[in-house]
Amino acid sequence: MTSQVIRTFLTQSAAGLRVLLVLTVLTGLVYPLAVWGVSRLPGLDTKAEGSVVQRNGHPVGSAQIGVDPVAKDPANDPWFHNRPAASAEGPLGPADPSVSGGSNAGASSPEQIAAVRARKAAIAKREGVVPARVPADAVTASGSGLDPDISPAYAELQVPRVARATGLSPHRVRELVAEHTTGRALGVLGEPAVNVLELNLAMRSIM
Amino acid sequence: MAGFAQLGLLLLALAVAYRPLGDYLARVYRGEKNNRFERRLYRLLRIDPDSEQRWTTYAAGVLGFSFVSVVFLYLLQRLQSLLPLDFGRGAVSPSMAFNTAVSFVTNTNWQSYSGEEVLGHTVQMVGLTVQNFVSAAVGMAVAIAFIRGFVRRSTNRLGNFWVDLVRGVLRILLPISFGFAIVLVAFGVVQSLARGVDVVGLDGAKSTIALAPTASQEVIKELGTNGGGIFNANSSHPFENPNGWTNLIENFLLLLIPVSLTRTLGVLVGNKKQGYVLLGVMGVLWAGMLTVTWWAEAHTSGPAAALAGANMEGKEVRFGIPASALWAISTTGTSTGAVNSMHDSFSGLGGGGALLSMLFGEVSPGGVGAGIYGILVMAIIAMFLAGLMVGRTPEYLGKKLGTREVSCAAIAILAMPTVVLLGTGAALLMPGELGKALTNHGAHGLSEVLYAYTSAGNNNGSAFAGLTVTSDWFQATLGIAMLFGRFVPILAVLCLAGSLARQRKVPETAGTLPTTGPLFASMLTGTVALVAALTFIPALALGPIAEALA
Repeated sequence: MTSQVIRTFLTQSAAGLRVLLVLTVLTGLVYPLAVWGVSRLPGLDTKAEGSVVQRNGHPVGSAQIGVDPVAKDPANDPWFHNRPAASAEGPLGPADPSVSGGSNAGASSPEQIAAVRARKAAIAKREGVVPARVPADAVTASGSGLDPDISPAYAELQVPRVARATGLSPHRVRELVAEHTTGRALGVLGEPAVNVLELNLAMRSIM
Repeated sequence: MAGFAQLGLLLLALAVAYRPLGDYLARVYRGEKNNRFERRLYRLLRIDPDSEQRWTTYAAGVLGFSFVSVVFLYLLQRLQSLLPLDFGRGAVSPSMAFNTAVSFVTNTNWQSYSGEEVLGHTVQMVGLTVQNFVSAAVGMAVAIAFIRGFVRRSTNRLGNFWVDLVRGVLRILLPISFGFAIVLVAFGVVQSLARGVDVVGLDGAKSTIALAPTASQEVIKELGTNGGGIFNANSSHPFENPNGWTNLIENFLLLLIPVSLTRTLGVLVGNKKQGYVLLGVMGVLWAGMLTVTWWAEAHTSGPAAALAGANMEGKEVRFGIPASALWAISTTGTSTGAVNSMHDSFSGLGGGGALLSMLFGEVSPGGVGAGIYGILVMAIIAMFLAGLMVGRTPEYLGKKLGTREVSCAAIAILAMPTVVLLGTGAALLMPGELGKALTNHGAHGLSEVLYAYTSAGNNNGSAFAGLTVTSDWFQATLGIAMLFGRFVPILAVLCLAGSLARQRKVPETAGTLPTTGPLFASMLTGTVALVAALTFIPALALGPIAEALA
């Protein structure tokens, strides 16, 4: 009885190994490489390689990956800023895009309360507003740590400072923000969002 | 408002796919013909596709295949430094390699590693993508064998496991995956063999953005209710899930097969209403948990979230709260476990909803195959309870439920609570381990541990990821929880199928309790809720409920 059970298991395992090897070739090599091959088609290839954005022929980032820019002179900060990242050293940014992940801090955690408070104070100071005006997405780390977007409210909060630092009129800066705000797909999917890298790039190109 | 429209769109897409896909699945598994490619394949594999197996041989096939899969995947990771495209990430440690191998073979896809730091593209494709396909196909095969137990009469044969496995991969999973992988690339999901791209930001800062062959794995990760992301941040990573479109498609894919399998059941047993009623029960449980989590996340609770102004920690701006809640309940109600937001940072009640979704035994609508066999086992328990009340031998789908059938069903539903509660309890007795592992403390810390063993025991794979699970103790115990949570129910279900198939069909009489109406639906819903409540209320009270009331 026992020896027969073992024999059945071994015969089935041997068949299993043969099936596994064949399916490995089909689903582990042929399939992903076929998808890769199709993704070489013009129009798909740039997306498949990460939607890299160039400036003067040099890659400056990916349109889909948010990495918070750092101002050389914090008193004269010309950048729109991304959301905080859990991987960042300071309370705000920037993240390291070779890794990803969230803080996993719970909504009752004392460390999380302290982090939100510190971010609120830092952003209020940077923008010259009262802390109560700082929106939620500005003081919370995203799930990926690489959120490319900010809410329209956080973009609006940054408009006066960016206008001051770049010498553009607030009206012109608002126009640029509107141009780089994506509404909900089909009017219903997800939430409206402002792509920070593309917005900063547009600011650079007209200055 | 947009949130509700988004929900409506998801349900509409599922409704459109339901009939054609459910009918197609039934044809695939019922068909007797093999196409030319399959015939050649079976010759090469030395498998006779026309020979049918008893339940014991079918089970030996499942176990044998899973066993060689674990060994193969373990060796791939241990030998990673010898493989191409490993980018110097080197051999994976023994305990992590064991945990990951078990995790992907059991369709759990629990991840104790960080994808873009630990694994190269070869292990991702040749090891993990493959298990994403075959572990899902194993689940479907077991479900189909179980359904054959109800359909067939006076036989000891349940079909051929290898044929069911190969058909599931070649005729169902591969074609759908290939099509949607291209669609995802078109919407911006990456598919690259490069390690990454070096960039110099506008501010002059240098960095490397990690890349991977993502789209091909992303699709089957959702379609097969697997859930293991190629990147650490899973489907919240913009390269896996860049916008509202991809989010809808991926959320649709992870519900697609579990939902459609209720149609397949109806077709195979020759009464479609039997499938609709199960779908109804799954839908009620899903909608209930969705309401809890959506409401809790939208009505900011927890002091840190209140201070921030909204519960946006761990969530992405492009998805916002409604799409995050919708995904969280879809991923925990199926056995997917992919996340587009970090469940650990949800409010007490919101995270509790996701946890309870798994504790129902993952039947809302459950994993690929695992959902339908899970709810059928629950239906057997419900009919047994009903039979006790009226003093009749219970029947279900034309088969009598005797001692052997009910015992097998009981073993199938008790396996998960056993590993969840024993695992959580044992971990709580290890202060040394907890001290190193917990990110959050107090009630939320207990939730982190409970969530981990629940996720492993249910083969879900999502996490309250603040728990650091890289110590040998967690790697080993969670690995064992995944093995028991997967294979004890599978063995019980196949044993049950074997004994059902041997019976003759019981004719329907005036005394037969109809199993297509609202009475049966409420009994089944009640049974699922009752079993979970009786088993888990004490643990839930100390974790998420305590946090929500604090």
